Amino acid sequence: AVCSLSGRLSQQTFDSPSDKPQFPGASAEFVDQLEFIQPNVISGIPVYRVMDRKGQIINPSEDPKLSKETVLKFYQKMTLLNTMDRILYESQRQGRISFYMTNYGEEGTHVGSAAALEPSDLVFGQYREAGVLMYRGFPLDLFMAQCYANADDLGKGRQMPVHYGSKELNFVTISSPLATQIPQAAGAAYAMKTLNSNRAVICYFGEGAASEGDAHAGFNFSATLECPIIFFCRNNGYAISTPTNEQYRGDGIAARGPGYGMMSIRVDGNDVFAVYNATREARRRAVAENQPFLIEAMTYRIGHHSTSDDSSAYRSVDEVNYWDKQDHPISRLRHYMTARGWWAEDEERSWRKQSRQLVMEAFEKAERRLKPRPEWLFTDVYDENPTGLQKQQEALQRHLEQYKEHYPLDLYDK
Amino acid sequence: MAAAARLVLRTASGAKVLRAGLGWLGAPIRVPHAAAHFTFHPDPVPTRHGPTQKMNLFQSITSALDNTLSSDPTAVIFGEDVAFGGVFRCTVGLRDKYGKDRVFNTPLCEQGIVGFGIGVAVAGATAIAEIQFADYIFPAFDQIVNEAAKYRYRSGNMFDCGNLTIRAPWGCVGHGSLYHSQSPEAFFAHCPGIKVVIPRSPVQAKGLLLSCIADKNPCIFFEPKILYRAAVEQVPTEPYLIPLSQAEVLQEGSDVTLVAWGTQVHVMKEVAAMAQEKLGVSCEVIDLQTILPWDTETVCKSVVKTGRLLISHEAPVTGGFAAEISSTVQEECFLNLEAPIARVCGYDTPFPHIFEPFYIPDKWKCFDAVKRMINY
Repeated sequence: AVCSLSGRLSQQTFDSPSDKPQFPGASAEFVDQLEFIQPNVISGIPVYRVMDRKGQIINPSEDPKLSKETVLKFYQKMTLLNTMDRILYESQRQGRISFYMTNYGEEGTHVGSAAALEPSDLVFGQYREAGVLMYRGFPLDLFMAQCYANADDLGKGRQMPVHYGSKELNFVTISSPLATQIPQAAGAAYAMKTLNSNRAVICYFGEGAASEGDAHAGFNFSATLECPIIFFCRNNGYAISTPTNEQYRGDGIAARGPGYGMMSIRVDGNDVFAVYNATREARRRAVAENQPFLIEAMTYRIGHHSTSDDSSAYRSVDEVNYWDKQDHPISRLRHYMTARGWWAEDEERSWRKQSRQLVMEAFEKAERRLKPRPEWLFTDVYDENPTGLQKQQEALQRHLEQYKEHYPLDLYDK
Repeated sequence: MAAAARLVLRTASGAKVLRAGLGWLGAPIRVPHAAAHFTFHPDPVPTRHGPTQKMNLFQSITSALDNTLSSDPTAVIFGEDVAFGGVFRCTVGLRDKYGKDRVFNTPLCEQGIVGFGIGVAVAGATAIAEIQFADYIFPAFDQIVNEAAKYRYRSGNMFDCGNLTIRAPWGCVGHGSLYHSQSPEAFFAHCPGIKVVIPRSPVQAKGLLLSCIADKNPCIFFEPKILYRAAVEQVPTEPYLIPLSQAEVLQEGSDVTLVAWGTQVHVMKEVAAMAQEKLGVSCEVIDLQTILPWDTETVCKSVVKTGRLLISHEAPVTGGFAAEISSTVQEECFLNLEAPIARVCGYDTPFPHIFEPFYIPDKWKCFDAVKRMINY
């Protein structure tokens, strides 16, 4: 067997005279001792980190040495997301929006990875990556518009809250079915390769979604078809109530990568620099070498799965508090900043006030806005409305003329 | 094996047995699946689309794909075994001509093929995905129904996968049994956002496939596999489009409307001839072509004229697409109907192997249904 530059093995010809296996399917050595391979979960793939839990750099050569401006941006985006989450979660509790999902504890995975990409790289997400969109500049008004499904929503009010999308920011609209984005991301990356665009694709998903058949499909296709893609798994410990020991028995998601012939790494997802470094290098090589990279970012889901979940039913408050207080991406970065004299109590106080104000302004504006006009129920099913659907729209129109008092038309745009 | 060869065999007990005739297997016996249940009638040679060439159905598909790869530099074709030419030879020669980056095999995974295809389309390239048999499209059902069909709607038209076309061999083939004979169009007819198209012939196939590829919505194109070799026509070598969602009246008639698609259209043509000859009944034959969105206007206009409708498909009758047509026609044409609408379809069973001659909605069953409608 011969290793090519990218580490892939080439086959010997089937009629080679040497006493090595000639099977087309695998080209390892023969062995004459019966021994099963032990899946190594106790000491599995190590977790790459740059900062310790107190925000101190462990190995100075791994410090990305980002500018103060960039680090402050990381911090402000993570905390703004946190503030928006608090307000929108509360607004669901009060019946003002129908549903919400918070990102508590995972802000580092969003911001560290988003910062490592080019703006033209295409993002496929699952539903807990709002920080990626926020880092790219999606305005608070549009986050709110989508959650309120009001007339400013770019998605025209068709989906549940947190199903964001932005063509301008190269963030493909979120859909509820899990892992469906994984093979799609591989296909998009393949197209970008053939179009010679120098763009990468990043595909986010959780450790639960990684159990879906679509995940297997996406990984295998990206490796066999040599796609410039980063698969970014947020392993946050839970899929709703299902802990990881009920989700998989192997060494997490990173250990599956080699099974597909894929470059893989496990990182500390609460260390924004580790996430940044790994994503940056993966991105560079994915595009240069046309091969997929798998990053498993270990983190913890501090919040409930969604507003429909109360996680005290399946985990202890002590466990949650540990992560909130002892190992949080926001506080670790703050320690790094304060140690350099880039941030202190005053800045913290005034930023908290400012970010809350920004979110409240957007919130109040979104609340007052009308919902989109009801005609948009019928558009965009196809590029052009088929005749049958036009007739259905006319039928609804006539119905509303006759029964209008039974419908909340005053809440909707005309 | 020489026709006159003789072979001496020894049985277990040592006795000699002489076999004469066509090799050691002996003279052939009758098999139930020997003869086809239809005759393919080629359409008149098209004159509007330039020079033509004799092609069977799979060659007309290759021609459409060749035209596409030639004119659209972003187009890619992928699926299981497409690289060497495909199990039905639809992609023969294309990899050599256009390169391995544009015509390539994928791993054996239908949900991956369609998911990958959606992604290619979303990124702006033209994706032509092949599913090896329509019977195997179901792992991709989630990607088709929950993703492809809803991409444009759910994103407020920011994203779409209109550049995606999925092709799959479809329908009975004489011996295909449960998993090589299915016609799953009814499952997809229930899914707003995609288009479903089924051609009856090589000329139709090339024009309709090119329309699907050009269409800005994800399309499923089912190819009647029994026609891949059996259907031969003069097909234009240049690209041409046949519009989607427009049913075609193949012959006009005054007494009964016959609606079908794919292979069954040829059965209907024979039924029309039998009805004329044996019953003096004049049938109007319609090829629906596009199942979704379907051309209600052409069908209803015909039934208003004839007052009688027979719809026929191989797929099981319950929940089959004939039910949708029947329901719409009785809403729109209730007072014009002279008899209940007839559906002559497959039975509510899986598609059987040895019982295929009894299962399929053949011309005798359709003829009998016409007779009953006339005498209602």
